[in-house]
Amino acid sequence: MLSKRIIPCLDVRAGKLTKGIKFKANIDIGDPVEAARQYYEQGADEIVFYDITASSDSRDIMIDIVRQVAEAIMIPFSVGGGIRTVEDMRRVILAGAEKISVNSEAVKNPPLIREGAKAFGSQCIVLGMDVKKVDVSPAIPSGYEMVIHGGRVFTGIDALAWAKEAESLGAGEICLNSIDADGTQEGYEIDLTSLISSNVSIPVIASGGAGKPEHLRDVLTRGRADAALIASMVHYDMYTIKDIKTYLNSQGIKMRMFW
Amino acid sequence: MIAIIDYQAGNLTSVYRALRWLKQDCQITRDYEVLNSASHIIFPGVGAAGEAMAHLRQTGLDGVIVRLAQEGKPLLGICLGTQIIFDYSEENDTPCLGILPGEVKRFPDDMAYDGLRLKIPHMGWNSVSFRGDHPVFRGIPANAEFYFVHSFFPQPKRKENVLGTTSYGIEFSSAVGSENVVAVQFHPEKSGKPGLMLLENFCRWRGTDAE
Repeated sequence: MLSKRIIPCLDVRAGKLTKGIKFKANIDIGDPVEAARQYYEQGADEIVFYDITASSDSRDIMIDIVRQVAEAIMIPFSVGGGIRTVEDMRRVILAGAEKISVNSEAVKNPPLIREGAKAFGSQCIVLGMDVKKVDVSPAIPSGYEMVIHGGRVFTGIDALAWAKEAESLGAGEICLNSIDADGTQEGYEIDLTSLISSNVSIPVIASGGAGKPEHLRDVLTRGRADAALIASMVHYDMYTIKDIKTYLNSQGIKMRMFW
Repeated sequence: MIAIIDYQAGNLTSVYRALRWLKQDCQITRDYEVLNSASHIIFPGVGAAGEAMAHLRQTGLDGVIVRLAQEGKPLLGICLGTQIIFDYSEENDTPCLGILPGEVKRFPDDMAYDGLRLKIPHMGWNSVSFRGDHPVFRGIPANAEFYFVHSFFPQPKRKENVLGTTSYGIEFSSAVGSENVVAVQFHPEKSGKPGLMLLENFCRWRGTDAE
């Protein structure tokens, strides 16, 4: 059987990590390539990069980082942030990323998903979803609404309907971020994750709210997530990826334990 | 020199990077002379069988690959490259190279595990039970896992061509081969240490079982 994946997420702004990452060696590092290398060595199953600024200058810097990361780690990684065209995707893939994540751009321009999947295969296209809990209404029957631009703009689009549509357009995977849970470190949004994951046939990565290993256990079991994104809990050296995987493995969740 | 066959199918550079990591002399090429002078051939690929075969036929690379395999040069298929060496793929109803007898099938839609429907593609890390003691898989620990991304899987006609199996709803052949040909459904170039071990073993292999 497949192992569940643990995926550290690195936010990059103009070529630097937005928050210094603290490793066991007790050094703060702002270098995304070095951080990727460390997580690779700690047993990360995949790595996600978000380019926060994504101005055209910083995109060139990002491409250079992608190239260096591809030489430093021998596991898959994805890159998101500011990708608006198939040409943007091509540059990132040729630089060495396996996957591209599209978020606001896909909501505004859904055919981007289809064009990307046609050009590079569905396995390359990850749909990033930022979701907020709202009142159930005829427009939002699931009670979860898509928000874009880093959670600032409500779209009036139902999250579940959008997940299904994106799947049919050719998205190969969904990275599902709960705006309500994000940054709380109080646990993932289990109901949302389970709802989306059980209604699509592509893998779902849960994101937002991870603070301790039990949260990952819950989202990977009750939440039916195929993978879990983590940030603060490993960036600030509260846990290593190995600690987390060892715990989850002891809870009967299949993990990749040799790397 | 290790030649990586360039046929415009997917991420060739990741195989190149993994070989460079192993300090191997390697080249991405479609040039017959270069392929012919290489010590080893890697046939990678991400994409769809129909398009890939059409491209191989157009460029005449289809015949070249079959000949290289027949000449006894060690050849490693990866993912789509592995599927294409069989007779036929259900994907796009595609006749393939026929280097190994057998077919490529799609995972059934209704697979389940623990009461939950299994997702397709089979994407992520899974283990492989290797059979026998093939030199290319030697030394890889039993708990090693490899990175998979695929919706189709090879089904060799002959049992002796199955070198390893993986379980995902069904038990399928994730490593196959015969004589100088070894082919894997997963991506060794993206599978961390065990993948690198496999690639290093392949680069050392002379193309026979008895080493």
